[in-house]
Amino acid sequence: MRYGTKDVLTGVSFEAHRGEVLALLGPNGAGKTTTIEILEGFRMRSAGEVLVLGQDPAHADEAWRARLGVVLQSWRDHGRWQVRELLAYLARFYVPYSTPEVTRPWDVDELIRMVGLAEHANAKVQNLSGGQRRRLDVAIGIVGRPELVFLDEPTAGFDPHARREFHDLVHRLADFENTTILLTTHDLDEAEKLADRIIVLDGGTIVANGSAEQLARELTTQAEVRWTSGGRRHVHAVTEGDPTGFVRGLLARDQEVTELEVKRASLEDTYMSLVHRAETSGAETSGPDKNTADAGGPGQAPSERTEEVQS
Amino acid sequence: MTTTTRTDARWAAVRAGLSRGWLETKYSLREPGDLVWNLAFPIIYLVVLLFMQGSTVPGTDFALGAMVLPSLVGMSIGFGGLTGPASTIAVDREDGTLLRAKATPNGMIGYLVGKILMFALTTAVSLVALIIPAFAVAGDLRLDVRTFVLLVLIFLFGMLATVPISVALGSLLKRASQTGLLFLGSMLLIVPSGIFYPITALPEWLQWVGQVFPYYWLGLGARSAMLPESMASVEIGESWRTAEMFAVLGVWAVLGMVLAPIVLRRMARRESGSTVAAARERYMSQGY
Repeated sequence: MRYGTKDVLTGVSFEAHRGEVLALLGPNGAGKTTTIEILEGFRMRSAGEVLVLGQDPAHADEAWRARLGVVLQSWRDHGRWQVRELLAYLARFYVPYSTPEVTRPWDVDELIRMVGLAEHANAKVQNLSGGQRRRLDVAIGIVGRPELVFLDEPTAGFDPHARREFHDLVHRLADFENTTILLTTHDLDEAEKLADRIIVLDGGTIVANGSAEQLARELTTQAEVRWTSGGRRHVHAVTEGDPTGFVRGLLARDQEVTELEVKRASLEDTYMSLVHRAETSGAETSGPDKNTADAGGPGQAPSERTEEVQS
Repeated sequence: MTTTTRTDARWAAVRAGLSRGWLETKYSLREPGDLVWNLAFPIIYLVVLLFMQGSTVPGTDFALGAMVLPSLVGMSIGFGGLTGPASTIAVDREDGTLLRAKATPNGMIGYLVGKILMFALTTAVSLVALIIPAFAVAGDLRLDVRTFVLLVLIFLFGMLATVPISVALGSLLKRASQTGLLFLGSMLLIVPSGIFYPITALPEWLQWVGQVFPYYWLGLGARSAMLPESMASVEIGESWRTAEMFAVLGVWAVLGMVLAPIVLRRMARRESGSTVAAARERYMSQGY
């Protein structure tokens, strides 16, 4: 994917399986929206291969579109429409695509109940609160009982309560409907809560791909070893590889070691440093020598340092 | 996917579009803002016609107001058809309505059918509202079955001649705030259209300009439907030129129907969540 002469996505390769909840995680400008819009068929790519539900989104037909759900962020579209009438109108388009296996569309009243808008079924869209509106967006996205749902930054601008309700809704969708869900977020916490698998995008490339636990192992190579020796407290940072080797050496060298503690950096620490790097490098020109604030990410030369702190 | 399913799906979209057009008309009629807009013009016209009392069409003793009213009927068809769809498309594009249509199978068919029906219905409503000023001049008009049939035909031809062109123009606009240009352009075209004053009183070059655009022909058509036969004598060529009228409107209809799908498709292809987000951001920070 390229804008002008600048490649915005390079080497973004991943697969999603039926019923899986996949989160594209990354700082702003990492290429999440570009990726999802290519998959939705809303944006043309300059190179590469993409298959969504067996078809290339750039040339896919309306029958393909009927198996897909796109949850858009509503703003003020259809403001005059009544919630129920809008859903009933959109549902009509899916009737011809009903199959013996999948009855399309969803029963509108059942859907309204499921997203918790039963009391607002006759309300005008423009009179809904932000959270209610987003639930309507989800209802619109899934009214055709899609096999695959795309959610781009679904909880941006949500208060904690609305966010939690939204998470419950996504879980219900994945668990009861066997729907494959691909969502983008820049919030690690959200990705951990919702996704079976997290793909971390940074600068247009995938830097990690796996479950939250796998990611924690893969991405957080940094560990801290703390111990007390001769009445002094020591801290040693192992920024690359397994800290076990260092500990074995330490114990062999120094017989007085007590209060030994080995602590891995949390996934959050690593992700925050990734976000920080993306934000600071945005202001600089990218040259061949990357002298931006590196923070112990993978692919960095091994370096170790030991500090002493007074206890 | 069999061909029958594909055809079924398209027909389902057309039917959904008809329900969309009906619903949007209903919403528009319930909206106080739209209602004021729809009623404002008939009331302005009533005032204009009242001021014209006592004036006659130059060279005759026919009331000028009675000649202007049918012209206003023609103008309303043209104005509704030319400015309405363009401004709606520009707005719908920015607020994400078009993107929703794009995300729905055959959604663009439903969207277009809905818009065409809605503009036909709301323009018809604004024509009915012209009954208000019509009371001022009713005595001089010719109202019979022929009037009614001709008016329906002119309405249908007028919609076909203006809505597709308007869709194409609306797709070319970069921002919803540019729709003001369309209103301005429309107003300028009304000047040489013979709506408010007989076109024969204008300089000849301006008469030619007026005769290129649909406004003149819609006004002429409505006059031919609603005025006595003798009034044809003040028109160009001393004739209603009914055949030419349908021919010119037909050319505009064909032109629009060729251009609109091309321009609309080109515009819709570029729509994505991020273009809508960008419009929202601009709107939030600049207020337009």
